[in-house]
Amino acid sequence: MKIQKISGWGNYPIHKAELLTPLSCSAVKAEIKQKGALIARGMGRCYGDSSNASRVLQTSYCDHFLDFNADTGQLTAEAGITLQEILKVIVPKGWFLPVSPGTSYVTLGGAIASDVHGKNHHIAGTFGQHVKSINIALGSGEVITTSLSENEDLFYATCGGMGLTGVIISASIQLTPIRSSLINQKTIKADCIESACEAFEDNCNSTYSVAWIDCLTKGRNLGRSVIMLGEHIESGGLEIDIKNPLSIPFNTPTALLNSFTMKTFNNAYWHKASHNKVQELSLKTYFYPLDAIGSWNKLYGKAGFLQYQFVIPKDDGVANMRTLLAEIAQSGEGSFLAVLKQFGKANNNLLSFPVEGYTLALDFKLSAATVKTLHRLDDLVVGMGGRIYLTKDAVMKEVTFKSTYPKWEMFESVREKYGAIGKFSSSQSKRLGLA
Amino acid sequence: MKKILIIGATSSIAEHCARIWAARGDELYLVARDELRVQTIADDLKIRGALQVRTYCTDLNDMKRHNELLNEADSAMGGIDIVLIAHGTLSDQKLCEKSIDNTLIEMQTNAFSTISLLTHIANQFEERKEGTICVISSVAGDRGRASNYVYGSAKASVNAFTSGLRQRLNKSNVAVVTIKPGFVDTPMTSDFKKGILWVQPLTVAIKIVNAIDIKKAEVYVPAFWWLVMSAIKMIPNQLFKRIKL
Repeated sequence: MKIQKISGWGNYPIHKAELLTPLSCSAVKAEIKQKGALIARGMGRCYGDSSNASRVLQTSYCDHFLDFNADTGQLTAEAGITLQEILKVIVPKGWFLPVSPGTSYVTLGGAIASDVHGKNHHIAGTFGQHVKSINIALGSGEVITTSLSENEDLFYATCGGMGLTGVIISASIQLTPIRSSLINQKTIKADCIESACEAFEDNCNSTYSVAWIDCLTKGRNLGRSVIMLGEHIESGGLEIDIKNPLSIPFNTPTALLNSFTMKTFNNAYWHKASHNKVQELSLKTYFYPLDAIGSWNKLYGKAGFLQYQFVIPKDDGVANMRTLLAEIAQSGEGSFLAVLKQFGKANNNLLSFPVEGYTLALDFKLSAATVKTLHRLDDLVVGMGGRIYLTKDAVMKEVTFKSTYPKWEMFESVREKYGAIGKFSSSQSKRLGLA
Repeated sequence: MKKILIIGATSSIAEHCARIWAARGDELYLVARDELRVQTIADDLKIRGALQVRTYCTDLNDMKRHNELLNEADSAMGGIDIVLIAHGTLSDQKLCEKSIDNTLIEMQTNAFSTISLLTHIANQFEERKEGTICVISSVAGDRGRASNYVYGSAKASVNAFTSGLRQRLNKSNVAVVTIKPGFVDTPMTSDFKKGILWVQPLTVAIKIVNAIDIKKAEVYVPAFWWLVMSAIKMIPNQLFKRIKL
């Protein structure tokens, strides 16, 4: 037995865990049958404690392609395969992921458990909405299939279910056809949050849209943003150029990211961007810009950081966003990595994050003050009818979770029905008061 | 397109080599003990682009079958360009100290079975006057240390054997590549605490494929192990016997 210190991508909190590394589906089943609860873990790219537990089942060795039909674009693979490995195979054959999160260093199982969203949420919805079926190992160790037509209650609980319904063994997804691996990007500059939200509205037919947002500037220019729209190009070769990332081997001693460097970065980013600029970018550059720097999380130093992502409903969304941004700018703790996006309609998954409205994601370098800032923001978000993304969360209170994810009781009853209670749990699920 | 025989194909390092070769469109022949796992790997490699993947299941300690498996691979692919020998176990040193049976089994798995395979392959390649043979050994073979000298002696014998074989086959245009990894994060080492010196199997696989491409003789992975092991080899015995390594 090996005890290792593990943490999510934010390097906080750190947990001592028995790390299980099964080599096959039958080994996964055997681990589940052992006494005690566990949580599945893929690349550990959840930011907080979603995949922290005393027993952690790492799926890295269960990372095989099982089937790929290059004519129909249906792909089946084991849960531990990364989206990056999938891209290497599918892009040259003219297919792309239906939904891409901000990094390709996540596993298929993780993408389903977090029900990740991407720059096309307003059109394509979440990752789970493109999953055809899932093979999942339940608390008894039995592996069953779940889909929209088979054990569908389990399907709605598993997509976005943070690994709390069982261990995903494999899944089939429907890919999106592409003619080229290039993206046509159009940049729009918006000098405040109001015009940024207006730009999203004006471009709701654009396939992809996302904005970098300055969370440090106060006053009239509060929430100034650079919006990046994207469309697949119709011709121009099918390549995915994935090189090993530049690596940051150590935590930077005195954290490189402080209020001075962040302000400088934000100013530079704003002034460098030019309005209405159109350019052709590779898939990698448009969708996974940070993948070029391995372990960028270490830039925040040893203490780690908290990533915070909330969504607020569209009604009064712009005014509410101004209130929240003012609060963030006032705290002076917001980071250089802030992203704004307009979400489309919510789906039926029980714990899925997106609801129609505006979402903001940003990093906070960790300190005691940060947790207080986040709790203050939580209260504001709750009051506005919004919620916090579980995949990024490390500090949310139980009451906040239960009042903003109203289907949590239904989620618990599905877990009970399929024998997940007492078998699958994480530090996060305990903190949020799930059995 | 290369025709590649991989012995010990469920080893994590070997599997990552196979993935690189599959993406290049090479033809692969996988030898392993675990039938279910090697079949999963074969299906995966086909999707990753391998021209053709065949499997052969055997316990490599059954040396009587070595000749048969080589002939099968050779006739199935119509020749072999590259052989990668990657099978092995990490010996339990404490257990081996108490039991000669255990020690001999470890020597059998990590040294004699490899030497048997190498002998057959060498003779075939020598006659054909082409081919590359690559063996995954270990830095542990460079000097016996109290903590793992049984595993170390098996690897030392592989190192000496491949060194001699390299000299013998040089005039026949056959390359022999010895890989000496340090700490690699694989199922074999899953019980170890991981630190800064550890590398991922993919890192080792990239180096192996490259070493085979350019027919290097001996490769430490990562390269700093050459320096570390050179230093360890230079420690005088009077001092060496007193320190804990």
